[in-house]
Amino acid sequence: MSQAATSIAATDAYVRDILRAAVAQAQETKLDRRTFFKVAGLAGAGLVLAFHVGEQNVAIANGTGVFAPNAFLRISPDGTILIYSKAPEIGQGIKTAFPLIIAEELDADWAHVRVEQAPINPAVYGRQSAGGSRSIPTAWDQLRKAGASARAMLVAAAAKEWNVPASECRTADSVVYHDASKRKLTYGELANKAAALPVPDEKTLRLKERKDYKLLGKRFTGVDNYAIVTGQAAFGIDHVVPNMRYAAFEKCPKAGGTVVEANLDEIKKLPGVIDAFVVPGTGKASEVRAGVAIIANSTWAAFSAKRALKVKWDETNASQDSWTRAVEQARELAKQAGAETLKEAGDYDNALANGKVIEGFYTYPFVAHAPLEPQNCTAWYHDGRIELWAPTQTPEAGLNAVANVLGLSPEKVTVHQLRVGGGFGRRLINDFMCEAAVIAKQAGVPIKLVWTREDDMQHDFFRVGGFHAFKGAVDKSGKLVAWGDHFITFTADGERPTSGGELRPDEFPAQLVPNVRVTQTKLPLKIPTGPWRAPGSCALAFAIQSFLHECAVAANRDHLEFLLEVMGEPRWLQPGNEFALNTGRAAAVIKLAAEKAGWGKPLPKGRGLGLAFHFSHAGHFAHVAEVSVDANRKLTVHKVTVAGDIGPIINLSGAENQVEGSVIDGFSTAMGLEIGIENGRIRNTNFDRYPLLRMPNAPQVEVHFIQSDFPPTGVGEPALPPVAPAICNAIYNAIGYRVRTLPLTKEGFTI
Amino acid sequence: MQLTINGKLHEIEGVDGTTPLLWVLRDHLGLVGTKYGCGIAQCGACTVHLNGTPVRSCSLPVSAAVGQEITTIEGLAAPDGTLHALQKAWIEHDVAQCGYCQAGQIMSAAALLKQKPNPTDADIDAAMAGNLCRCGTYLRIRKAIHAAARELNQGATS
Repeated sequence: MSQAATSIAATDAYVRDILRAAVAQAQETKLDRRTFFKVAGLAGAGLVLAFHVGEQNVAIANGTGVFAPNAFLRISPDGTILIYSKAPEIGQGIKTAFPLIIAEELDADWAHVRVEQAPINPAVYGRQSAGGSRSIPTAWDQLRKAGASARAMLVAAAAKEWNVPASECRTADSVVYHDASKRKLTYGELANKAAALPVPDEKTLRLKERKDYKLLGKRFTGVDNYAIVTGQAAFGIDHVVPNMRYAAFEKCPKAGGTVVEANLDEIKKLPGVIDAFVVPGTGKASEVRAGVAIIANSTWAAFSAKRALKVKWDETNASQDSWTRAVEQARELAKQAGAETLKEAGDYDNALANGKVIEGFYTYPFVAHAPLEPQNCTAWYHDGRIELWAPTQTPEAGLNAVANVLGLSPEKVTVHQLRVGGGFGRRLINDFMCEAAVIAKQAGVPIKLVWTREDDMQHDFFRVGGFHAFKGAVDKSGKLVAWGDHFITFTADGERPTSGGELRPDEFPAQLVPNVRVTQTKLPLKIPTGPWRAPGSCALAFAIQSFLHECAVAANRDHLEFLLEVMGEPRWLQPGNEFALNTGRAAAVIKLAAEKAGWGKPLPKGRGLGLAFHFSHAGHFAHVAEVSVDANRKLTVHKVTVAGDIGPIINLSGAENQVEGSVIDGFSTAMGLEIGIENGRIRNTNFDRYPLLRMPNAPQVEVHFIQSDFPPTGVGEPALPPVAPAICNAIYNAIGYRVRTLPLTKEGFTI
Repeated sequence: MQLTINGKLHEIEGVDGTTPLLWVLRDHLGLVGTKYGCGIAQCGACTVHLNGTPVRSCSLPVSAAVGQEITTIEGLAAPDGTLHALQKAWIEHDVAQCGYCQAGQIMSAAALLKQKPNPTDADIDAAMAGNLCRCGTYLRIRKAIHAAARELNQGATS
């Protein structure tokens, strides 16, 4: 890759022209269901195809019948292949994966491919977000067809040039060949000629079979890696605009608190401070919390002044949440079933009465996202418009949120997507954009708002804690016959569980066990919560897969065999629904992980293997952890062996990297991470009290994929949930101690 | 105040001597490769070299850097743009995910290789324990450091 090919935010004027032309033509083109069209009218532009990737084309969905492209493929006369991608890059590798898919079907030389980040414009592009591991699956078909369409046009152009049938031509590495006459033309040479030809009917396109892939499934280094290792300006926090000032924003440490007064006059006199003012907030944590903004001529001046702030808060309606109190309440509630029934099947009471009963009470804490790049946003309000530069996972939602908060129409809001220094779900919510917008409007100059680490830890949308009081039963043959779970979660509105605190009635294994009772109780909560990497699953898997192991132990059965028996016959519970468990795929990854990890091998005292499975985000994953525990509960995780089925692999390096990261994140979180909440305050406000895992404790990770022809899914999330239960089950197998509370430090473990 | 950064002398005006070096680099000089992560020397995202030694620039008053040789990620490659062996290894091993911590990681690793041209896993763990990677790329960082060490040693003997 050349240096130019790796530029992150470069938007050349020519590309903008193409985009403008494409958008204009798109708006005139009534295409109904057609998904590709050629962008014409740019002399010498080469071949430019506009198309739509992702979920439903919003414009069509809105009933306008107007085709709204959100992705572009351009083959230039100089041979450059430019792909404009709309998805935010948050470390999941989408800027490398998207073009690989196109390049495969195009038969392009990967060295010729460049990628640019598309601007944010929901009117044109529809939903633009990175979350839920959905970027790949919702774009897969369209990206392949885009590549195949362009390839067909290039072949047609060559065939016409040589006056031979297109069927006699073949393509490889950005070249069309006619072997019989030993002729060849490069894609660059053909680009303008191809642009004069019609776009082929989608039905005539023949997509490659997996066995014919030359690029997909191999390892590629990320397209932005050069920029990253050379420290080029790339991330949201790095952005600078002319005449920009720096902003800091102090919010009430208790969620929901408002400002009574602050020592603004003193603050304004501090060195480097330009202004300080109260921001009343919108009353919604997802928009603007109440606080005091400081505008200064450097970040440090703003941060220093923030420390000197003395704010009198009105905490009348603020959070008084307490984790200690919630734990006590949950323990009490766990003595009986919950008032709400989520699922009842078979004859649960009878199955308990006739079987061997197993009980376990599981607890997991609140945790923070803690992306290494703290929340930040640059904003410039002028002439009734606002422009924002944001590292967000949901730029389109952010644009609308800002429009709403400022009372502007969305056309008056421009959002520039910048690289995101870690998402994990935190940046699905755009409070930092709304804050920057409101502060910029009042400041009257462009500002860069940067949160301190302490702001980031205290004002998160936390992964919610929760409790499970399990009661299951095995019959005389050792088969799991009853599954009971009283799930104790939290609610903000008194009705629905708080974000991330839901339990689906068909969560594994409730849908596979004959006699089931799943109930729920919700405790009140004011502290905001939100999606955290593999929302729900990231916590549920620990409790469920640990308790399943308890059942296997009680039945005196081998865990592997027991788990496979729970899966039963290979079947897709809802054929065609990728979000429904496929027990055949599940059993395959479970067996593979066990085999690769040496399940059943003799191990010394204090060393154990632990198995866990979880299905989420359309991905089937099984992990086996190998751990040692000494007499003082010092824990070493030697290795985690992972087997996953996410369909075909796009970029093997990227996929492996995500799994390695998921294992380390899962271990890190299970080991020592917890957000303590007392009297509404967050007790862990920086990394000295939030011990993320460090290199010396990173386990080896061995990744195995079962590549299948099921539709692909993203791999940013589904490899995380099985990590904690695999480690905890391994601890049991090593020393006979059952971990029922996370983090492990709570149970006296150290690393 | 004068600072020598990546071999170039910079005249800094209007900055209090207690300001952490990090913010002078980022806000005053536009050297934004050095990152803010925690502000309390816990995460290592702000790692730069002071006379070849890795330091956390978020906790180093700029006054302490006057008259010293400061190297940032922007100055790690050779003046002709040839990447440091670590930078090449980072690309080849596709280390980064979000990439935010990687400048700090590379700077810590570069200081290690100067001290120990043939580091063991334990040497690497010890030298890199101060650098957090929230995405969990530690295994690749380790591999990339070994690969860079091999390349540097080959270069030295050939």
